Amino acid sequence: MTPRRPPRRGAEGELGGVAFGYAVRTLRGPWFSGRVPARGVAVTAVLALLAAASALVAISLGNYLIPVEQVAAILVGGGEEFERMIVLDWRLPVALAAVVFGALLGVGGAIFQSLTRNPLGSPDIIGFDAGSYTGVVITMLVVGTTGYWPVAAASLAGGLATAFVVYVLAYRRGVQGFRLIIVGIAVSAALGSVNAYLITRAEINDAMTVGFWGAGSLTRVSWTSMLPSLVVAALIVVAALLLSRDLRRLELGDDVAVTQGGRPNRARLALMVTGVATVALVTAAAGPIGFVALVAPQLARRVTRSAGAGLCGAAAMGAALLSGAHLLSLLIDRFYRPVPVGLITVCLGGLYLIRLLVRETRRQYGPPR
Amino acid sequence: MATSVEGRTRPAAPGRESGRDPESGRAPDGGRTGRFSGGPARRRAVGLAVTLLALVVSVVLSVAVGANPLPVEAVWRGLWHRDGSEASLIVWSQRVPRTVVGLLVGAALGVAGALIQALTRNPLADPGILGVNAGAGFAVTLGVGVFGLSDITGYVWFAFLGAAAATVLVHLIGSAAGGLVPAVTLVLAGVALGAVLNGFSTFLTLIDPDTFRSIRNWGLGSIARTGVDDALSVAPFLMAGLAIALALAGSFNSIALGDDHAASLGVNVARTRVLGIVAITLLAGGATALTGGIAFVGLMVPHVVRWIVGPDQRWILAGSALAAPVLVLTADALGRVLGRPGEIEVGILTAVIGAPVLIALVRRRKASGL
Repeated sequence: MTPRRPPRRGAEGELGGVAFGYAVRTLRGPWFSGRVPARGVAVTAVLALLAAASALVAISLGNYLIPVEQVAAILVGGGEEFERMIVLDWRLPVALAAVVFGALLGVGGAIFQSLTRNPLGSPDIIGFDAGSYTGVVITMLVVGTTGYWPVAAASLAGGLATAFVVYVLAYRRGVQGFRLIIVGIAVSAALGSVNAYLITRAEINDAMTVGFWGAGSLTRVSWTSMLPSLVVAALIVVAALLLSRDLRRLELGDDVAVTQGGRPNRARLALMVTGVATVALVTAAAGPIGFVALVAPQLARRVTRSAGAGLCGAAAMGAALLSGAHLLSLLIDRFYRPVPVGLITVCLGGLYLIRLLVRETRRQYGPPR
Repeated sequence: MATSVEGRTRPAAPGRESGRDPESGRAPDGGRTGRFSGGPARRRAVGLAVTLLALVVSVVLSVAVGANPLPVEAVWRGLWHRDGSEASLIVWSQRVPRTVVGLLVGAALGVAGALIQALTRNPLADPGILGVNAGAGFAVTLGVGVFGLSDITGYVWFAFLGAAAATVLVHLIGSAAGGLVPAVTLVLAGVALGAVLNGFSTFLTLIDPDTFRSIRNWGLGSIARTGVDDALSVAPFLMAGLAIALALAGSFNSIALGDDHAASLGVNVARTRVLGIVAITLLAGGATALTGGIAFVGLMVPHVVRWIVGPDQRWILAGSALAAPVLVLTADALGRVLGRPGEIEVGILTAVIGAPVLIALVRRRKASGL
């Protein structure tokens, strides 16, 4: 069952009979009943709060400092005209983007890690990121359109095409996680080169802009791109929640999924499109933001101590991570220089990936000789 | 999570290195027959002749073809008469230097790739994929950005330092379980390392965008921006790396059987490994200092060479030194034609050519004989 937040607290809450080492509450209400992992819900709520808190602090930071309580007052409708403009028109869309995009990346990562049954099968490793970005770069630099919808469509098309190519190339009597990842890395490397080539050939004279372009940055986000992003994001989240039951079934294997009334191939296709859409949406608005999709479901799984991370946990973790990275980039900007948020996620996420690999290797093969 | 990093690729027994092949797990020598008939000696002789011919052709192409479509006669005249004509200027200031750099860097990267494949016993290894080039690049960025170095004789040492650190790190990860680490884990560790180091490099370039504007395309890997003087000042290091590599080749044949077998055959395994790392450092670090790092050359070339000459490391290393410059020079010439009126960096073309090779390697049922 999806650990969906109940619409209303059930009449009865009891500890679940089957224990997996953590408390499960069974909720029964007029519209909803089900087993809710208590720790999962609590962790998700805390992470969501963290994301919101860092977004609030992020709004207050900038060349013109606005105290946090002032920000809160403006958000509920008070404040002066000038500060209202700064907060609502300029900083709110960026801070909101950090939260929403982080959540989307978490969902996308959770979907693909579950589909490939491999923590490393996340869209940023297997090249869907790079493919989406190729679509964006070609649309913006070669075709010359910067409108939101063409760019978003190109991003989705690029991501889907890459996913198709990677799966076809990795297919050989079934898709094996190991082959999928290496094929993804290869495709990612080739596309990354093409992207770099296109960007360096573009008429962008400012090296800083180039750096920001390639690394994934939220600073270009404004309401004109954020409003449609929010609409699409809502659609994606609804789709992901509807499909989450299929995702759980697929984790058990195709045969079990069929016996439970699922249609594995159709469900897999729908899940893949949804997963690619999350990455494509983020890439269209902010460029490739690496390693959030990889790290968020893994961290969420560890914090909630549950076997499957769950889409909600991954989403909350992703939101908290990207919002925190955004805050960090603003702090670095204050003391040093503007740094694209994608650079921060790549550096920190890459270090986490190395740690993950070393630990897994040790666990499987023992300590180094 | 237990089988997350492809636990199935664990070899059944030490010495069966092709056990990394996930499906077949067959002995490494299965299926090397075919295609080339005749004994190994004849195959090697034919391969050597073809490689030398290809090398000459690629050098000619590299001098004759360019973004500026000069007629061949003009190039020929400009080559022999340095009379200040346009052709002679272009040939001597642009095409000859980059041909020399391409020869040097190609040989260095090819041998570095063969070495790192032998050292990690990993058919998917390459100094670019495993983050060695990124380590050198990061260190150079550090030298240029923080310590204000602008001369290659200064920052080449940084490149060596960075390459050495990355090689040791990758080697540590790869030998975490006595060399039984699956190929995919090592590749992923290298990719992660490369991503992090490139991220920090970009971070450093933000310190002083103006300095880095000149080397903005540096990370793409090009042999066009390096002068002959720079190439010649790095050449001794590359030559030293090549010499060490060739001297070690015999020991690598024994190490391919596993460390224990190698030790029982009288090979000093630890010394061979340390010297191997030194050679990779000199070759990959020097090549990165000159070009910014060209990926996939070190992956592709040793595989093609191994396919022709068989599993003898002495032949693989020597063959890679001859064959890799062919790839670099041809890709460079191709980039000049495809990118007209500008040109496409050789590093971009090798990535686009190399990615399918990597895919073909993982799709293959039999692992390459290492």
